[in-house]
Amino acid sequence: MTSTSVIDELKKSQILELLEQGKRVDGRALDEPRKIIIETNAIPKANGSARIRLGDTEVVCGVKIQPDRPFPDTGDKGLFICTAELLPLSHPTVETGPPQPPVIELARVVDRGIRESHMVDVSQLVIEKDKSVIGVFADNVVVDYDGNLFDACSYATTAALLSSKTPKWNWVDDQPSLVEGESVDLPISTIPVSVTMGKIGNHIIVDPNGDEWESMDARITITTDSNGNICALQKGGSGGFTQDEINQCGDVSIRVGAKIREKLKEVQKGSQ
Amino acid sequence: MGGRDATMVLLDENGIRCDGRKVDEPRRIMIKAGGLKNADGSAYIEFGDNKILVGVFGPRDVHPKHMSDTDTGILRVRYHMEPFSVGERKNPAPSRREIEISKVIKEALEPAVMLDKFPRTAVDVFIEVLQADGGTRCAALTAASVALADAGIPMRDMVSAIAAGKVADTVILDVNNEEDQAGQADMPIGYMPNLEQITLLQLDGILTPEEYKKCVEVGVNGCKLVYELQKKALNDKYFGNGGD
Repeated sequence: MTSTSVIDELKKSQILELLEQGKRVDGRALDEPRKIIIETNAIPKANGSARIRLGDTEVVCGVKIQPDRPFPDTGDKGLFICTAELLPLSHPTVETGPPQPPVIELARVVDRGIRESHMVDVSQLVIEKDKSVIGVFADNVVVDYDGNLFDACSYATTAALLSSKTPKWNWVDDQPSLVEGESVDLPISTIPVSVTMGKIGNHIIVDPNGDEWESMDARITITTDSNGNICALQKGGSGGFTQDEINQCGDVSIRVGAKIREKLKEVQKGSQ
Repeated sequence: MGGRDATMVLLDENGIRCDGRKVDEPRRIMIKAGGLKNADGSAYIEFGDNKILVGVFGPRDVHPKHMSDTDTGILRVRYHMEPFSVGERKNPAPSRREIEISKVIKEALEPAVMLDKFPRTAVDVFIEVLQADGGTRCAALTAASVALADAGIPMRDMVSAIAAGKVADTVILDVNNEEDQAGQADMPIGYMPNLEQITLLQLDGILTPEEYKKCVEVGVNGCKLVYELQKKALNDKYFGNGGD
């Protein structure tokens, strides 16, 4: 967006004014994420899927699992690849065509959060060492936009992976052969949860909605794992954070993330 | 990246790292302000085995025109790696990684550059990685700040950058390529030393809450060391005998 409209400026000053009084435009507490609604197995043709709403942001994630060739230097590990895309129906400003830098960043940050947590134990996804492995592809599509796609895509991916069943392949005649009628849960080692915080003035808010997102000076996305350790982080936006704020954000991501993890665990229970 | 020794010891019993450094010791850093004739400002940095050239143009007319902003100047950053900069030849087309790094470097520089003084213009920063050896985004950001200052563009502060990380359960400063590949965590940090603002921060790898805070502290202190070298580079060009 190259020029801001008068409405945007008014909204921004209202958001900031409210924050000075410790309030948010939608009445949430500063460290309160929006309501998360998770529907798993929304796409039965996928090996796992989730359709989630984070406030009015809505994302569908489908997981496809299929045999693939391993990377040359990691023949003893399966593949995990996660993507994210904004569909043109999600917002009037979204255009078709190759992805723009913000969408590339989104996809890479969501992928990194899940990957660095080692959620999917790829060492258990080998069909024949150095020749054939199982590839897990988690593709996110944003269908409705109201801010904070980082967390929405991350929760959708995590929920979809938790609900995934992987088929079984044997190594027969130098190629993978599907074992009919057999499937098992994906090997899952931890539940990563990303928490995105926006900085507006000197205030830090959890899970900014669309209007807050447009008003942010800077943002930070921190992913934690089930042990309460921090496994990935990305700062964005044209502002800075003090060292104290960075430390604070770390604490908030662990605390808020733990509550969201409980919600994602229900998905895991439901799928077993 | 190939060719690394699988039996390599990242940290020996005396606290010495694979390239002979102590845990809190940065690699050799050499920064030169200027050097390019046509660019409005430029810088060259050697950060260990990283070799990076940065050229700055502007403030100048914006093309394409629709990108221009009537309220402020815009900053554009392209981070690009040469095909010969890494072990195996890299496709010269910009990868998704390079597009993301361009974006985070741009956002790390924006708080420092007083773009509002030049509405309807663009400042272009071109970063060319001639040789890469881990930590290129920090080295590139450090050199880009020097090149912007060399171009005479008004700035609130310099942005200094270095990575902290974790190898063998120990927090270290300035992660090299081997440590990035085989280590446990890598946290690049960009910092404005006078305004005390962190403007670039990324992490991959697992850290406990205590290690996380330690990494940020080690990184910020490292940035202060880098800042002294940035000042020296500008001093050498404008007040010393190293000018050209």
